[in-house]
Amino acid sequence: MAAASHRRATEDPLWAKVLVIGTVMAFLALVLILPLAAVFAEALRKGLDAALLAINNADALAAVKLTLITAAIAVPFNAAFGLCASWAIAKHDFKGKPLLITLIDLPFSVSPVVAGLIYVLIFGLQGWFGDYLVDNDIKIIFAVPGIVLATVFVTFPFVARELIPLMQEQGTAEEEAAVSMGASGLTTFWRVTAPNVRWGLMYGVLLCNARAMGEFGAVSVVSGHIRGLTNTMPLHVEILYNEYDFVGAFAVAALLCLLAVVTLVLKTALEIVQPGVRGRGGH
Amino acid sequence: MTISIRSVDKQFGRYPALSKVDLEIADGELLALLGPSGSGKTTLLRTIAGLEFPDAGQVLFDGEDVTFASAADRRVGFVFQQYALFKHMTVAKNIAFGLDVRKGKDKPSKAEIAQRVEDLLKLVELDGLGKRYPSQLSGGQRQRVALSRALAVQPSVLLLDEPFGALDATVRKSLRKELRRVHDATGVTTIFVTHDQEEALELADRVAILNKGSIEQIGTPDQVHDQPETAFVCGFVGEANCFEGQVGGGEFKAGALRLPAGGVRDGSATAYVRPHDFVLDDGGFAVRVDRAHVQGALTTVNATAADGRPIEISASRAEAPRFQGTVKIAARKAHVYAA
Ligand SMILES: Nc1ncnc2c1ncn2[C@@H]1O[C@H](COP(=O)(O)OP(=O)(O)OP(=O)(O)O)[C@@H](O)[C@H]1O
Ligand SMILES: [Mg+2]
Repeated sequence: MAAASHRRATEDPLWAKVLVIGTVMAFLALVLILPLAAVFAEALRKGLDAALLAINNADALAAVKLTLITAAIAVPFNAAFGLCASWAIAKHDFKGKPLLITLIDLPFSVSPVVAGLIYVLIFGLQGWFGDYLVDNDIKIIFAVPGIVLATVFVTFPFVARELIPLMQEQGTAEEEAAVSMGASGLTTFWRVTAPNVRWGLMYGVLLCNARAMGEFGAVSVVSGHIRGLTNTMPLHVEILYNEYDFVGAFAVAALLCLLAVVTLVLKTALEIVQPGVRGRGGH
Repeated sequence: MTISIRSVDKQFGRYPALSKVDLEIADGELLALLGPSGSGKTTLLRTIAGLEFPDAGQVLFDGEDVTFASAADRRVGFVFQQYALFKHMTVAKNIAFGLDVRKGKDKPSKAEIAQRVEDLLKLVELDGLGKRYPSQLSGGQRQRVALSRALAVQPSVLLLDEPFGALDATVRKSLRKELRRVHDATGVTTIFVTHDQEEALELADRVAILNKGSIEQIGTPDQVHDQPETAFVCGFVGEANCFEGQVGGGEFKAGALRLPAGGVRDGSATAYVRPHDFVLDDGGFAVRVDRAHVQGALTTVNATAADGRPIEISASRAEAPRFQGTVKIAARKAHVYAA
């Protein structure tokens, strides 16, 4: 009796809780933990040395390097763009705002493969600028710039989506206070708006980074799969796998997983430090 | 600094938030903008600050047209209803902000800024709290920080939007005195918004009463209370019993109530009688006393007239025993307005 009276009104009976939580846990284990464990198990099947050897060769290292370079360009770019876009959308009124919001969401709704094809269509040999690019000896498709472009496109919305609701919720009162004290628009942005969203910004950057390193579809279309030159890590995994080099494929995959795990750990740490930043971006 | 507002109009969509507002504020004056919710008080204050721009009309500071000057150029201090303190800065940084963002030779040295922050904290009795963050302060303390932050830039006008709105009654009272003291110490022209008439009447040199985007009356607290120019002001400022009735031949009639109504045109009209203007009078009309309770020095009486109308009477404490059963009362003063 006493125990029952302590139950909160919204609390379900014990058997229901066990059932629901158990189901979720089992499902997570099946579709998330098991495959992840399999990746590491496969990578280490012939021992740690074999796995390390698979990573420590020119092609694999080039793939790692390209992935890091791509992320190093795409993430800061999208962070800057996301900050500007969310500032414009959340703190200002202008014509065409709904259109801008829709455009930001576009990469989420377009298949990454289609995104890649768009760039081939524009910059490819038969594309709109094909002749001009050939004449001037500029390579975009089947080269690093194309990979960066495709990654930027796909990871475009993460930061903006994270910041828009945050900034809208914060309103414009602090900005108005700053302006009424004589601060210019830029000063207000750097000293008031940006610090107020810094945790949300970091969260968005982490999500953006995770996707930038893991993107396969769009990059696959524009890359051309040239070993040691235009292979990112996900592409390299696929090539090795198709060549029946399972240890190599899983070793690189495991490395990619580790990068993702580091990102997730950072993200979780952020959530613990700053409970307010939990993902609100709609996707 | 004097402020002139000349037939200012402001619309949001198709809804007029301000229409033909005229207001002159003298140098060093403390003016209250009083009105019900949605009457346009905030909009008018923001227009003066340059946070909102009028559709028509002019705003002049010392005779100079600033209608479309940016807020940053107007040198106004603005205290927001929800304070709008910078959450990520300490109290001291908040107060220093306006000086810190100045450029070139206008910018005071670090030591000067620190001194000024120190002085302001002392002015609002917050010494020693400079290192705290806004989230570590009580509501009243946040209010004081907001006030000193607005004063830091030595504004020529201080604007406050419902400065005490979010505080409890005791803190409100003490902060009211504080605002008066700060105003008298700095001599800065001050406009504050409130929907609390007691606050407006107690604190302000003059009160402007807004209703549906227009100014109904501007005057000293005594004037708006004792000589209300419109029915709205009479009903809004101070307690009043309201009667709907007819005027005929210079007399207002509503049930058994008769009131002198010289100068009011015949027809339906509204009369207001303050509770303290009803007095016991054998020649008056009968009311049944429902309840008489003593509050401090006063007796508040709830009574009902013969036709069922509720009537509130305010009398001295000594008169309390006389309000029993059925008594006869008369109005020694009334305000009658043609409908
Ligand atoms: N940004 C806005 N967009 C649309 N309508 C607005 C806006 N700001 C104010 N209004 C409208 O203008 C009218 C006046 O608003 P205002 O905020 O000036 O009222 P107020 O007297 O300050 O009321 P309160 O005491 O509730 O703060 C209201 O009807 C309000 O709905
Ligand atoms: Mg308001």
